Formats: sequence, structure tokens, C-alpha cells
Amino acid sequence: MEKKFGTKLINNGNDKCKLTGALSIPIYQASTYHQEDIDDPSEFDYSRSGNPTRKVIEETIAYLEGADRGFAFSSGMAATASVLSIFSAGDHIIASQDIYGGTFRVSGSIFSRFNIDVSFIDTTDIDAIRKEIKSNTKAIFIETPSNPLFKITDIKKVAELAKEHDLITIIDNTFMTPYLQRPIELGIDIIVHSATKFIGGHSDVLGGLVAVKGENLANRVYSIQNSFGAVLGPLDSWLLLRGLKTLKVRLDYQQSSTIKLARWFREQPEIKQVYYPGLENHQGHAVHLSQADGPGAVFSFETVDTKTARRFLKNTLLAAVAVSLGGVETIASYPYKMSHGAMPKETKENLGINDRIIRVSVGLEDCEDLLEDFKNALRG
Amino acid sequence: MKKHLHKDTVVVHGSKGSDPYTGSVSFPIYQSATFKHPGLNQTTGYDYSRELNPTREELEKTIAKLENGFAGFAFSSGMAAETALMELFIPGDHLIVSDDIYGGTYRFFEEICAKRGLEFSYVDTCYLDNIKSAFKINTKAIYIETPTNPMMKVADINKICSFAKSKKLMTIVDNTFLTPYFQRPINLGADIVLHSGTKYLGGHNDTLAGFLVVNDKELAQRLFFIQKSTGAVLGPFDSWLMLRGIKTLAIRMDKQEKNALQIAKWLQSQKCYLDKVYYVGLPEHERYEISKKQASGFGAMISFKVKDVEYVEKILDRVKVISYAESLGGVESLITYPILQTHAAIPKPILERLGVNDRLLRLSVGIENPEDLINDLKQAMEG
Repeated sequence: MEKKFGTKLINNGNDKCKLTGALSIPIYQASTYHQEDIDDPSEFDYSRSGNPTRKVIEETIAYLEGADRGFAFSSGMAATASVLSIFSAGDHIIASQDIYGGTFRVSGSIFSRFNIDVSFIDTTDIDAIRKEIKSNTKAIFIETPSNPLFKITDIKKVAELAKEHDLITIIDNTFMTPYLQRPIELGIDIIVHSATKFIGGHSDVLGGLVAVKGENLANRVYSIQNSFGAVLGPLDSWLLLRGLKTLKVRLDYQQSSTIKLARWFREQPEIKQVYYPGLENHQGHAVHLSQADGPGAVFSFETVDTKTARRFLKNTLLAAVAVSLGGVETIASYPYKMSHGAMPKETKENLGINDRIIRVSVGLEDCEDLLEDFKNALRG
Repeated sequence: MKKHLHKDTVVVHGSKGSDPYTGSVSFPIYQSATFKHPGLNQTTGYDYSRELNPTREELEKTIAKLENGFAGFAFSSGMAAETALMELFIPGDHLIVSDDIYGGTYRFFEEICAKRGLEFSYVDTCYLDNIKSAFKINTKAIYIETPTNPMMKVADINKICSFAKSKKLMTIVDNTFLTPYFQRPINLGADIVLHSGTKYLGGHNDTLAGFLVVNDKELAQRLFFIQKSTGAVLGPFDSWLMLRGIKTLAIRMDKQEKNALQIAKWLQSQKCYLDKVYYVGLPEHERYEISKKQASGFGAMISFKVKDVEYVEKILDRVKVISYAESLGGVESLITYPILQTHAAIPKPILERLGVNDRLLRLSVGIENPEDLINDLKQAMEG
């Protein structure tokens, strides 16, 4: 019986303690493990190398993404940095230009010191990627929809191009989660998640997850995880597992509210533009719907002037003004100063990330309450 | 505007919601037993966690707000909440109780409270006349569970409360099955609402907890005194897990109820295997109109009677998606055999009168895909 996604979240072979039958898997808050027989090492010897609670979240993300192996890290950036660490000095990577600011910072200013060269280009244009491929190019790193303007990259086309040139493809699937988008089915090799967002879902735990297709590639990632040790702790692993159980019901509700809100914002005189893949006139709308099962629960809007944007942030009562997204609480953020604060001003402006843009991650509050609050916040 | 928020917004934002010091949107876990005093005769408001702990306080205020009560109290389990509740009574007091209640409650009343001189009459609280005829000079309270467990009988809360008020009795409602998201007994006249928070409120089968919510200051003071004196309080981490669980209460219950209705209808169509399906959301349920009047939803608990006792073992052995386990209300679907599990403590003659026999199974519907759940039951019954 091929289970549907909502059932897979609850019933995935890893949902019960095999020893006691407990419906909540145990939190193995242990760093080391007694070895019964020194000639026959048991599965776990030290929690950096493997921990039974972490193993369950790792196997679960692999199962949900249709991957061969999963890995859990102490944050989304720890996951990204660990994946980028599989490359060597002299390698070249092509990345989406409006990638998450933290990924931009680590690849542009830290990995460059190790002589790994990253080019940031518009990956929505497949020809632009093709032109950028050099003899030392090893990977393409995309984020779709991108953050915060929701530009859409054609995953399948990128995967095909990469295969032609023997490149590894990496995607940041944080905004969609495996519920809405399963990039491995479209030919991608490595998926990176900031599990802090929708997967954890409650704004209370930091975590990063990686899902890998192919044993060789998985072994390379495992070797970095085990050597660098940016692993996720047992309690945090367990909190991610707890969060995952409600992923579908949360996202279904958040997404339906987001569609309503995005449509409402589009009609307001204070708003210049709304960025959301769920809107028919959004650039890449058709490509997005061909590769994902829904538009997600984050959107951005651009106000007519800076004053209105700032007024909105000051006046909203229900939304937390904060970085991060994907939680049960609605969060309004100001990418210009927050998530993309690490980007040079010119780069931001070239990308269209100006000081009039606000990104909203829609939570589980009643949609009517949010509409009422946003109306008051906009009008002041 | 905050006053008129919908329930599904309140579950997310709780009472204070975020931490006032740091802005943290997840309420902090104050894993502290005691609190430093600023000076002699000075207090921050928190002295010792048995009396008041900031994390537990946020949870207690959240449940009170959801139930529209005056104050809430969190305990280390549903039964611990019930124990604290019974401390309100003194030897010689008499209570009228729903006859179809959770077995643990029955055991507690008969094996422990009765020894301390409390008296109980168990009646079918669906009919007010039964309550009226059980009333005695020393009756102090009416204790109901609605819908009942496991026969899904529905009592008319408003009518019972009106009668109770006319006789100066306290009305206590165990609201575990519906939660404040679907039913708010205080709005219907109840004095005290009781919860096993382990069930829908926590919602993930990973935390034990119990709650009491009261509608007035005098009762609140008495219960606060009992809580701090007997000390069966909920710990900070478990309080925080409850707050985390409550955030998704509305969307979980909506989904579980939708699943339950679909499954109940399907079960009804399985005439060759089943005799009867008990679900308050079926229009044929004899108390359907009362449920519609007093609750905004029907919940996700279904009981059903199989035709032949041999189907019981078959179903319990063969279900794969659904787990054969006690408890209810979590995201995972669970099936139980009340006569051997939840209701084992109740004497057989009572169970027989209620209809709890060896052919009755109880299903707590989770948030899985409903077709997968139906297929699971189908293969278990047919195989």
C-alpha cells in the first residue's frame, strides 16, 4: 500500500519505540555507549557519529524526500556549510543570485577563503546557467521559490543540464518542504533544509536537515558530518520529529490563509506589488505548479513607499516582527535589514530587494483576525 | 481588537504568548524550583514552583482563556487533576455521576474516595429525570462526561446546570473529548471543567497532564490552596510541551473530526461485520441535535460493535497504520478494547447495562489520510 503523505508523516516505520512500543520515540540524551563486545562494535558508539534519536529524524527526512540517506545538523546553516564542505579548493559552484542571505554570506565570504569559487547568477534563466559552466564547475545550488521575491527556477531543467555536465545539484527546499515539493523525484542530488522553519514549525528549535540521493554522495556528506560534528542534539531531534507530525495539517491551513491574504494585499492602494507563486500573474507560476503541489505559506509585498512599510511593521499586533518563518505564529520580516542584511546594498537593489518589501510567513491564526490586523497596520 | 479573537488565534498566541523580556516567540521553560527574592519581604511574584511557575502559569492562563473561565490549574496527569478536585468535598458529601465514564475515574471514586466517606450515584445523565431522582439532601455536585466514554452518550449541559443551580449544586464537566475548541461548558453554566490534557490538548501522545478550569474567584482560591498544598503540579517542560501542543489544537481537531465523520460513515456501511457505530457526528445519533446545540464540533472518537467477537482479535492483530494502544486524542490513530483496557476497572454488570461488551472497540481518529485509515480497517476486517 503506497501511503499518502499525511499518513507517511505519522506512520513511517520510525514512529514507535521498538523496545517498549512507546508512541513517542525516546530521547537518547547520551553522548556515548557501552560496548558489550570490543571485537563486535554495536551500531552506536559516540553521538557525534550516530545517536538513536537523531537517526530517526534522519531516516524520516530521507523517507519523506525519497532520498537514500538523511543527515541532521544543528542549524540550517550548519547543514549548508557541511554540504558545501564536500567540495575542494579550486572547485567552482553556480548558485541562485537571490539565495538566502546566510548562504550568500557563507559561500561568498567564507568558502571563498578556501578557494572555492561561487558565481551568483539568475538561475531562472537556464541559458545563463549553461554559459556559466566552466571546466572546474562541480555543482549547481538553487533555491526555488527564491527568498524573498519567489523567483522560480525550473528544477527538472537544471537537473538535466547538470547531468549532461556531470555536476552535483543542490537545492534548498525550506520554503516548500517535502510535502509540497520533492526535488529528488525531479533529478536533484542533495536537498538542504532549514528545519527551523516549517519542519519544526513552532519557532522553538533550530535544525538543519540534508537528504541525499546516491550512496557515494551520502558517504561524502556523512564523512563531513562525522568529522566536523555540527550534529543536531537528541532533544532537538525529537522536537523536529514532533513538529513533523503536523506538517501537513499546518501547511494546508497556512497555505489556504496565504492565498486569501496575497489576493487581498494585491487589491490594496498602499501596495505596489505582491510576490507569491500562488498568484496567476506571478512570474514562473506555471513552472512552479508543474514541479510543486502548492504555492506555500510565505509571500512578500512591496508598499508604495518606505513610510508605509515601516508603519505596517510598527502597527501590526498579531504578527511578530522577527526573522525566520514557517512557524505557527505569523511573522513579518523586513528582508532589506534582516534576512538579506548581509548582502551589499547594490546587490540587493539589483535583485529588487528594497526597503519597501515586507515578507510575511503566515501562521495558524484565524485568517479573518490576520486580515483585520493587517488592514489596521497598513492604514495606521 | 485582542478581545474578539477567534479560538484558532487564541490557541496560537496563548495568554502572554511571547516572552516579555527577550521577545522570544516560544514561551521560555523556567526549569527552576525556586526564585531569588530581591530583598527581605520582597518577591518577584514567583517564590517556589509548586505555588507558581512562569511556564505553568502561561499554560494555566491559556487554558482558562480558552475555556472562558476565571482561572486554570495544571496537574501532572488527568487523574491528578481529579484528585485535587475531590479535595473540595468532605465526608458525607454525595455526587451524582454519569454512569458511562472513564474507568480510571470510576476506580478512583469507588476505591479511594468512597473510603474517605464520599458517596456516588451513577446514573444515565442523558435524562434529567435520572439526575432528579438521584438527588439527596447531601448531594453537593453533578459530575458529567459528555460525550461519554466509550458509548458516546450526550448530556444536555445547559439543562443539567440549570437544575444544579436550582439546588445549589456544583456542576463539573469532563471536557476531554471535545476540548474548548468544540465545547465550552462554562458558557453553558458549568462551574468546573476537567481535562486530561494528555489527550487532544497535548495531542502528540507524548505528555501526561491534567487541567481544572473554574468560573469564579472563590472556587479558584480554594483550588489554588489545594494545588499548592498537595502539590501534584505539572512540571515546566511538560507545561511547555502542552503549550506547544495547544498551538495546533484547532487544525488538528478540524482534521481529526473530518476524518472521523468519513470513517464513521464508512463503518456504518460495513453491515456484514458491524452491528452498530457510535459517533456523535452522525445525524442518526440519538442526541445529534443536542450536540449541535451545545458544541461547535463532534470530535473524533468513534466506538463500534462488531458482529462477532472473533473480529475483535482479528482487527487488533492486523491493523498496521492504526496502533492498538490505550489513550486517545493524539495525531496517531489508536484503537482500544474498552472491556480489557480503559474500562477494566468497572464491574461487569454495569458495563453490560451500558452496552460495553466484548464486541465493542473504540477508535481515536488521528490526522492521517482518511483513505489510508479506511483501507487499514478494511484489510484488518476482511483478511
